[in-house]
Amino acid sequence: MPDLVLKGKVIKLGDNISTDDIIPGRFAHLRSNLPELAKHVLEDTAPEFASRARTLSVGEGKAVLVAGKNLGLGSSREHAPVVIKMSGIGAILAKSAARIFFRNAINQGLPVLLCDTDEIGDGDELEINVTGGKIVDLTSGVALNCNKMPPIMSAILEEGGLIPYIQKHKDFKL
Amino acid sequence: MSVGKTLAEKILSLKSHGEAKAGEVVIADVDLAFVQDTTGPLTIRQFKESGFEALAKPQQAIIFLDHAAPSPTQQLSNDHILLRRFAEETGCRIYEVGDGICHQLVAENFANPGDIIVGADSHTVTAGALGAFATGLGSSDVAVALALGRTWLRVPESFLIELNGVFPRGVYAKDLILYLIGQIGADGATYKALEFGGAALAQMTMLERLTIANMAVEAGAKVGLFPGDKITQGFLTEHGRGDNYQPLYPDAEANYEQVIPVNLDQLEPMLSLPHAVDNVRSVARVKGVKIQQAFIGTCTNGRLEDLAVVAEILKGKKRHPATRLLIAPASRQVLIRAMKEGYIQSLVKAGATILPPGCAACLGLHQGVLGDSEVCISTANRNFKGRMGNPEAMIYLASPATAAASAIRGEITDPREVT
Repeated sequence: MPDLVLKGKVIKLGDNISTDDIIPGRFAHLRSNLPELAKHVLEDTAPEFASRARTLSVGEGKAVLVAGKNLGLGSSREHAPVVIKMSGIGAILAKSAARIFFRNAINQGLPVLLCDTDEIGDGDELEINVTGGKIVDLTSGVALNCNKMPPIMSAILEEGGLIPYIQKHKDFKL
Repeated sequence: MSVGKTLAEKILSLKSHGEAKAGEVVIADVDLAFVQDTTGPLTIRQFKESGFEALAKPQQAIIFLDHAAPSPTQQLSNDHILLRRFAEETGCRIYEVGDGICHQLVAENFANPGDIIVGADSHTVTAGALGAFATGLGSSDVAVALALGRTWLRVPESFLIELNGVFPRGVYAKDLILYLIGQIGADGATYKALEFGGAALAQMTMLERLTIANMAVEAGAKVGLFPGDKITQGFLTEHGRGDNYQPLYPDAEANYEQVIPVNLDQLEPMLSLPHAVDNVRSVARVKGVKIQQAFIGTCTNGRLEDLAVVAEILKGKKRHPATRLLIAPASRQVLIRAMKEGYIQSLVKAGATILPPGCAACLGLHQGVLGDSEVCISTANRNFKGRMGNPEAMIYLASPATAAASAIRGEITDPREVT
């Protein structure tokens, strides 16, 4: 299988973006209506996020969400990566990510790569080799290496998420 | 290199039928899988999309209607209909509106030492108090666990939290876990197991353990584990499942990534300040902040002993006229026992509003949403911006005693000043 590579422009956020920031609990009544729910992505914390993500993800292009440490702390709501993906984000980079959010994003087929994101600027264009864990910031020329994820997570990501993985394999394969 | 096993390694070895060492990935049998009403609908959709029809273990699968209980909107009422239908179709268990919070009901009725419990709720870690490897997962993972009866888990490295001494007057398990999260940081234990040990455990009640394990996730941890000991046995016996007890201890030569000693004698009442759980200070340094609402309850602190402490502080007193006092027992059983003990009578006389057993005001859906610039002291586990339904509001996390004392004065108050 060829390496999964994508290019996109950066929307940069800070540290400790919680799942309550990403999709606040007060919108729980919209969780069975994902297009409506997605309209509220990050609306308290980064009100410009949804429109920027939409502008940057035209055609094949996807925006890249770049965050600081402990991205996605808090609730287990898988709706958080779901609405980020629906808003046009093709990959997430962070210094660190809370474990349930990390696992949920991979299960939704949304790559999360961990690296030193201080080197990446807002609006930069990135080339991300998800399979190899390599990032090149095409704007600054900086190259970054990412932490490897466990092989089972790479396999789930390659299939496009946990549901397609299970549809194909019927069980977990180590 | 030591050869002994941590609690996490012991349980995951047993449930993966092999030798589980920290850092490895295993496929483990799941003893209990559950969802609640805000994560359950997506779980059901993912379950059906995967092509599954039947549950691996219907009697070990549970739906809890606790987050929107009773439902405040049409949409959430319709989600409840979907969940009830799924329970009928598959034969899984369901706990209705008013029965209580998922984590409290799991502790009262299901969790045992050595179990693996996965829930589509981050505070699933609560059952670690009983020696269960209990961890939160998302909707897709729980959908697959419901169908297969197993899941994959990375065996976590463990931190040993070594507890010695006794709590001074006015200091509780909540103060300990807030202090600890302040020390470790909100991401200091990400992907790790927190394992609690030390001489203080011999006196530490199950209620205290549940409060502590509940908040392990607020330091990023995957699980917060207590051993299975005499206190576990007593709790299981009291709840009619003493036969499920098995002693469960880490090996003496187990390998810990860190050892963090805490002397309970030196603790004082603590708070988490807005908007981060690890933004921890002593109450003494923050007292005097005016509050418009005090909320006592949740999977962290809505248990009988919590209500006993609050009733004792409020007995014969009144809430401050400018402070609303909301109290939600964690389960129907807690409510019944609190009525029998006379706690509810004392609380209502003191001006409290009693909410139905459930998550109540904790996550901003209903039953105590804050107004702009309002300040709430809460016994819950999260104070993120917007958590209680309003990003303009401020939430301080505290013990039930600190919340009760603060409700009397209308400002953040050290409980040692009113008892």
